[in-house]
Amino acid sequence: MSVLELSHVTKRYRVRGAGDMLALDDVSVTIASGRTVALVGQSGSGKSTIAKIITQLERATSGQVLLDGAPVPRRGRALRRYRQQVRMVFQDPFASLNPYHTVRHHLERPLRLDHVVPAEEVEAEVHRLLERVRLDPAATVDRRPHELSGGQRQRVAIARALASRPSLLVADEPVSMLDVSIRLGVLNLLADLQRERDLGVLYITHDLATARHFSDEIVVLHRGRVVERGPADDVILRPQHEYTQALLAASPDPDKHFAQTREGTRR
Amino acid sequence: MTSDNVLTVSGFSVLYDVEPPVEAVKDVSLELRRGEILGLAGESGCGKTTLAYGIQRLLRPPAVITSGSAVFHDESGTDVDLGSLTDEQMRRFRWDKVSMVFQGAMNALNPVMTIGEQLGDVFTTHRPGTSRAERTARCGDLLEMVGVGRERLRSYPHELSGGMRQRVMIAMALALRPQLMVMDEPTTALDVLVQREILQQISQLRAELGFSVVLITHDLPLLLEISDRIAVMKDGRVVEVGTASDIYHRAQHEYTRRLLGSFPSLTGDRGDFVRTGAGTSEEVAS
Ligand SMILES: Nc1ncnc2c1ncn2[C@@H]1O[C@H](COP(=O)(O)OP(=O)(O)OP(=O)(O)O)[C@@H](O)[C@H]1O
Ligand SMILES: Nc1ncnc2c1ncn2[C@@H]1O[C@H](COP(=O)(O)OP(=O)(O)OP(=O)(O)O)[C@@H](O)[C@H]1O
Ligand SMILES: [Mg+2]
Ligand SMILES: [Mg+2]
Repeated sequence: MSVLELSHVTKRYRVRGAGDMLALDDVSVTIASGRTVALVGQSGSGKSTIAKIITQLERATSGQVLLDGAPVPRRGRALRRYRQQVRMVFQDPFASLNPYHTVRHHLERPLRLDHVVPAEEVEAEVHRLLERVRLDPAATVDRRPHELSGGQRQRVAIARALASRPSLLVADEPVSMLDVSIRLGVLNLLADLQRERDLGVLYITHDLATARHFSDEIVVLHRGRVVERGPADDVILRPQHEYTQALLAASPDPDKHFAQTREGTRR
Repeated sequence: MTSDNVLTVSGFSVLYDVEPPVEAVKDVSLELRRGEILGLAGESGCGKTTLAYGIQRLLRPPAVITSGSAVFHDESGTDVDLGSLTDEQMRRFRWDKVSMVFQGAMNALNPVMTIGEQLGDVFTTHRPGTSRAERTARCGDLLEMVGVGRERLRSYPHELSGGMRQRVMIAMALALRPQLMVMDEPTTALDVLVQREILQQISQLRAELGFSVVLITHDLPLLLEISDRIAVMKDGRVVEVGTASDIYHRAQHEYTRRLLGSFPSLTGDRGDFVRTGAGTSEEVAS
């Protein structure tokens, strides 16, 4: 059982020629084993910054990041161990995979470094991981990232993050380039891992429907502040804050759209 | 009547000549009308990006165009077979007449140049007469249009969020007011409000300037709202093309129907697409 707590975190950035900008303003979020928290909100509201602070790629200006009550290590072997436990899927699969390495290399590395399976089982584990994200292992393992489609790269990034069997996963828009069937497949995989291995997930997304159906709690971020949080169904079905309400009202709804344009009734 | 079209693609096929070979695009024929937004949907890996690259001659080996042609019908009345242009001609043609927002656009900016310098470069290269002051003003306006704010002209790409970088690329593609814009997953990092604002801007500009858009996305609900027509691809082929309304109400192809049926509803029940136990989910077979 692991609990990761972001407590009263503030992050200030400098915008060239425009002074300081408060990217995060007193944000607190808790992720725990076996649960999924969805983080939704405006583009530029600080979601990726939260992910980077959790994985120690950025430092908070103030506030704390605690794993099981203790401050998260900042360097050395302890930080490496922490990063094995808390994995991240980056927002941009075009930047986060190494163009010189094959898919096999990307997956073997964490398997070997973190001694996930005995050496003789690494190959089989690579295949299993690819299958779990719905990629055809035979057609994929020897390819390099640029030889894959966008959605295929995204799935390699997810498989890599899962390879070390982390206890917590911070997934920044992990399924944004996937069509709905594969998207649901990957999200169902995370749900399975939650049951099998007690995985905890921070799911950053702008897909409100999957945020609702795949998470326990939804946190809504607007201009660096948490403006609403609560059980997933409450936030989506009975939004309190006007930003959440606006967001939900703007979600494409084909039924409504065609009813309005009268296309639906014309035949 | 070809004069109503801006682009005619016929019998287009692309092969990745690797072992085993991948037939990524198979015998695709499509027409794009002037002023039209054509949506292109289909599962991950079905060949959408390859088709978009192929039409604009952006593919590199091992990709080979094995058959077909793409003809651009310029406003001036001339027809241009894109396959017959030299690299230099094609380079000028792109941006000026056709612009593209690449999938993974948030990674396409130069990390060591500011946003303003990169936007400005488009004008320096393609509109050499533009004065410095006018350039700065135009670049600022473009940023405002996509909701990033002109104070970010002096920022470097890594100082912007993923969605902001995506919007900068959209601004860049709009800069020269091309006749055709190809946008490959341009809104993956945008919340629905920002997405709506940008698409409204594009729709409005399209009405003013009469350009056409090919919009590639997995977001079918979005496509249904914004597109005039939608083409659905599967395994390298276009299996269905129709008006948004026809696709929604009267999809002909089994695959399209399943695609439409598998969207989780925002406010409805969980439905059976979410696996809640050991049971299996309703999935679109590939
Ligand atoms: N290194 C940096 N220097 C200056 N500003 C930064 C830096 N990194 C991020 N920012 C700013 O912080 C704010 C929050 O960015 P962040 O990437 O966390 O947003 P986000 O919610 O992930 O957005 P998106 O949905 O578009 O990815 C943005 O205004 C961004 O420009
Ligand atoms: N350089 C390459 N060598 C071999 N196969 C390739 C190469 N580039 C792409 N492919 C394959 O061609 C097929 C089509 O890829 P493409 O990028 O066009 O798909 P897509 O429809 O854009 O998918 P996505 O929605 O995931 O971006 C995929 O199966 C991909 O793996
Ligand atoms: Mg982000
Ligand atoms: Mg693609």
